[in-house]
Amino acid sequence: MLKALVLSPLIAAGILGIFGRRWSERLIAAIGCGSVGFSMLLAFRLFFGDLWPRPPEQRVIWEPFFSWIASGPLRVDWGFQLDALSGVYILFVTFVGFWIHVFAVGYMRGDPGYARFFAYMNLFMFMMLVLVLADNFLVMFVGWEGVGLCSYLLIGHYFDRAYAASAAKKAFIVNRIGDFGFALGIILIFATFGTLRFSEVMGTIAARFPEPEALGEIGLLTTIALLLFVGATGKSAQIPLYVWLPDAMAGPTPVSALIHAATMVTAGVYMVARCSDLYARSLTALFVIAVIGGMTALLAATIGLAQWNIKKVLAYSTISQLGYMFLACGAGAFSAAIFHVVTHAFFKALLFLGAGSVIVALHHEEDMRRMGGLKRAMPLTYGTMLCGWLAIAGLPPFAGFFSKDEILWRTWTSPVLPEPWGRLLWAIGWATALLTAAYMTRLIVLTFEGEERFARSAEGHALVPRESPPVMTIPLLVLAVLSVSGGWVGISEAYTGGRIANEFEQFVRPALARVPVHSDHLAIAEFGHGMELGLAAVTALAVLATLIWARRFYRRDPLRPAPRLLENKYYVDEIYEALLVRPIVRGSTVLLWRVFDVAIIDGAVNGVASAVAAGAAVLRRLQTGLVRSYIVMILIGALIVLGYFVFVGSQFPAR
Amino acid sequence: MKEHLLSWLTFAPTAGALLLLFARVLMGAREETIRRLALALSLVPLGLCVPLLLRFDPMASGPQMVERVPWIRFFGFNVDYFVGVDGLSLWFVVLSALLVTISILASWRAIDQHVLAFHVFLLLLETGLIGVFVALDLFLFFIFWEVMLVPMYFLIGIWGYERRVYAAVKFIIYTMVGSALMLAAIISLYYLNGGTTFDIPAITENVRAGRLVLDPATERWLFWGFALAFLIKVPLFPFHTWLPDAHVEAPTAGSVILAGVLLKMGGYGLLRFNLPLFPQATEEFAGLLCGLAILSIIYGALVSMVQPDLKKLIAYSSVSHMGFVVLGIMARTEMGLQGAIFQMLSHGISTGALFIIVGVLSERRHTRWIAEFGGLARPMPVFSALFGILALASVALPTLSGFVGEFLVLVGTYTSELAHARAYTVLAATAMIFSAAYMLWTLERVLFGEITREENRHLPDVNGRERLTLIPLAVLVIVMGVLPNPILRRTDRAILELKQAVRGAVLVQSEPLGRRAPNPALFGSAAREQAESMRRR
Repeated sequence: MLKALVLSPLIAAGILGIFGRRWSERLIAAIGCGSVGFSMLLAFRLFFGDLWPRPPEQRVIWEPFFSWIASGPLRVDWGFQLDALSGVYILFVTFVGFWIHVFAVGYMRGDPGYARFFAYMNLFMFMMLVLVLADNFLVMFVGWEGVGLCSYLLIGHYFDRAYAASAAKKAFIVNRIGDFGFALGIILIFATFGTLRFSEVMGTIAARFPEPEALGEIGLLTTIALLLFVGATGKSAQIPLYVWLPDAMAGPTPVSALIHAATMVTAGVYMVARCSDLYARSLTALFVIAVIGGMTALLAATIGLAQWNIKKVLAYSTISQLGYMFLACGAGAFSAAIFHVVTHAFFKALLFLGAGSVIVALHHEEDMRRMGGLKRAMPLTYGTMLCGWLAIAGLPPFAGFFSKDEILWRTWTSPVLPEPWGRLLWAIGWATALLTAAYMTRLIVLTFEGEERFARSAEGHALVPRESPPVMTIPLLVLAVLSVSGGWVGISEAYTGGRIANEFEQFVRPALARVPVHSDHLAIAEFGHGMELGLAAVTALAVLATLIWARRFYRRDPLRPAPRLLENKYYVDEIYEALLVRPIVRGSTVLLWRVFDVAIIDGAVNGVASAVAAGAAVLRRLQTGLVRSYIVMILIGALIVLGYFVFVGSQFPAR
Repeated sequence: MKEHLLSWLTFAPTAGALLLLFARVLMGAREETIRRLALALSLVPLGLCVPLLLRFDPMASGPQMVERVPWIRFFGFNVDYFVGVDGLSLWFVVLSALLVTISILASWRAIDQHVLAFHVFLLLLETGLIGVFVALDLFLFFIFWEVMLVPMYFLIGIWGYERRVYAAVKFIIYTMVGSALMLAAIISLYYLNGGTTFDIPAITENVRAGRLVLDPATERWLFWGFALAFLIKVPLFPFHTWLPDAHVEAPTAGSVILAGVLLKMGGYGLLRFNLPLFPQATEEFAGLLCGLAILSIIYGALVSMVQPDLKKLIAYSSVSHMGFVVLGIMARTEMGLQGAIFQMLSHGISTGALFIIVGVLSERRHTRWIAEFGGLARPMPVFSALFGILALASVALPTLSGFVGEFLVLVGTYTSELAHARAYTVLAATAMIFSAAYMLWTLERVLFGEITREENRHLPDVNGRERLTLIPLAVLVIVMGVLPNPILRRTDRAILELKQAVRGAVLVQSEPLGRRAPNPALFGSAAREQAESMRRR
């Protein structure tokens, strides 16, 4: 059944890619959504019918497929594995994926590349499922690079726009920098463990490396963990490789919702969770992940505060939220990270689709300076967006509140982070939460409230925005419901005084590692539920205050200019361009090619050739054809030979 | 025919060339007829590859389908006509037959002068190509090696572009320098081995069993005599400068054969001769060659990135890809060696196809400058899809052929006993980034963006014949990426024996006299089975 679940979108992608160009939009949409819907049904059936009823420690379904690469000691098979972790993933990936496909049916209407779009979207679903269900590192790498490929193809959907093509290329190349590390990590794993199967690597790791590597120690496991994490910084857009994600917004909005918010960009978090046994054995790696996650969360949130393009705000918001997830991983709270992945998938997909609904209504206007006042014309979009807004801001009882709070609490009490980094990173996360509330309020105010600014800017005819058709609003409603209630599956036990355990955590725990506890660190139990609830209340109140203040602040002057440094994204793109891209291209052109290759190496070759030719030209003169000159030569030669024997040869001993 | 399958395979193209001549001289066949006839004749060796693959036994040791006849007996010079295939050569024979057929299809419209001569040369070339891979007699090998140069020289020199004569001469001089050294090495080896036979398996066995022991200085000389010829062919940095010129000036068919098969002879030669015959010199110079391989990989990719000429860009990318081949061979692990072979096959198909892609463009626009294109995805969607798949194979995307070879080489290098194995692996892996950079930048400039030149707006998409050349190659690239095992499995045995030969010879020669019986524990099969059973547990 796993195979059918994975292959269904691939088959549809193949059919649409080859035959789709001549088909009607209706048929294409039916196949495109149908295949994903089929996968979704199978996912629900597998999860609730097969996985859930089993006892927790037996929740693994393994389906081998066929042998892929066999060479020397290397054996890699196509095989799929469903456990609690991948079970959670296939549920929300196929579910959110299906509703985004449905939304796209309306969003892409009339696009000349309709079939191509759905073929690539289905191919993406296939690759994402391969990534999630892989039972070994190399097949995961197939999915990993495969989703990157689909991301490339879909960012470049409007390929005749230069910026889209360029953004697609940038996304792929930056991801490749990450994959360079990821691939080396895989090679190192094979060299260390002699296998690439997750179950075998993670199963033997405890026996082979009983003690975790200490902070500051760069041992074998830390090297592997950090190399794999380089891959995660690429795919999940963390410092220093996050620069591709904002540009990726050049793709159609459903792509941004599916790939660049809900699913693909969380692959890095998934990978770290999948290898949690490995990461739990390297305190250095955990520390690096936590710090990078925290810094990315804060940095991206500040940039998000100053963007005018509605999708760019959401893109930086995604980077920031991904930072939270890595912060959780680094703190050793893998289940909290996965929980946030799920809730984030709901509310961020909702926000992107809502933005897409607005963009369509305004004839592909993405600049918030030319929006405003849309709540009257688009009440459904507005209402659902409000759910997403409160969910991401983290107001109880919306989904984001529970997952974000879990992360903050686990960071505060982290047993693996050195003093005082747990609380320092908590503070960073807390500040980010307030910034999140601020920039999201700004987005809502600029888009939906205040006066209408679009009518003025449209030339000639006035724009009359209308609510989107049901095919687009129904997915919004579905996701809005989940943005409100999605967090209830993982309510911390503190809220019930310890009577009801955190169900989400209970479920995924068998698939994840538990981090070692420092002997010099306070145990979690000592903090108690009171403190957890107290911190949560403080955060929630601060967020509420920020929401109210920010709403007033931006309503007063929605178009107030932002700090230039933030608006220009700290000039990171420009710095990379000047320090990396340009020197490499210039160096390769001038130094390597023109000077070294053409002038030096080829010059030497041609030099030898012309020297030989010149030498031959001199020697040719001797062949005059005149008998007299030949006689003179013979005479000279004879004299030389004679002289040699007379003066030199006599010195040799006789035989 | 059953007993002489390899001879049929080798000489069917020669017979085909003669038939073409007869068809013109006796029956006055026209150009279109010549093309069709040549295509049909090239299908004969390709068709013979089917029984070849069916009869090939992946488990058998040593060469198969052997044919041996005494040929030259002259003053103690014993040359045999001795042919056979094993896991090292099998797939290269198939690759040669396939690419010649593809080349004829790709030249259908591009070649409109001296059509008869073109096809005669192409078929004669095929005899040389297949002959090199099936020859098991050193002298016969050398003859085929030289035979193949002549048609190639004419293909570049007559049907090439503007600077074709310069490129053809450069190509032939470079190769001849290598050949001359190799001939000297072959003859020395003949006499050092007792002056009785050019039999390659026999000489290899003598070296392995310690019956032919070369003193280190001689071994070094002979090693370089062979190696230089092969490294020029590969081509390894800094012997690569003939390649961009030859590729750029050659007609499409020439580039396809050059990239697809000729370069592979270098890698094949290293595997067949340098490793088993001169194991200690190989050990000694492995570090140097790995260093040059790394340089080729990175340097080739960087120089490729900045080429304004599409054909030159792909030519330099070959330098980068073939660097992986040398690296894998020098790692001398099963994964490295198998990866090298797979990388050669993959590169032969994907790069050969990319040269056809360039040919399609230059037939339409008579230019290969990247700046002349842009936005072609709109008028040429099928072409763009094929270009995309082939480019991504070159970028080594998993599930496409390029990935399998490069990954095996990287793992094989990392797990090898080379002195700086880790550094080599890390440096070679940077190709992942650079190859993405040059290929995707190329795709962006050629296929995407707005259409900047009016001429490009209505370019016709690939026609039926062009699809017939490109689609099979694109499909092969995908099949090889998803199901590489049918290819790998047929090389297993030969690779294992090669590795044992290399290992064994080093051990035998470094051990004191009298203890020359090979130590079975060190010989793959036992250790391998043990490891295998341990893993199963």
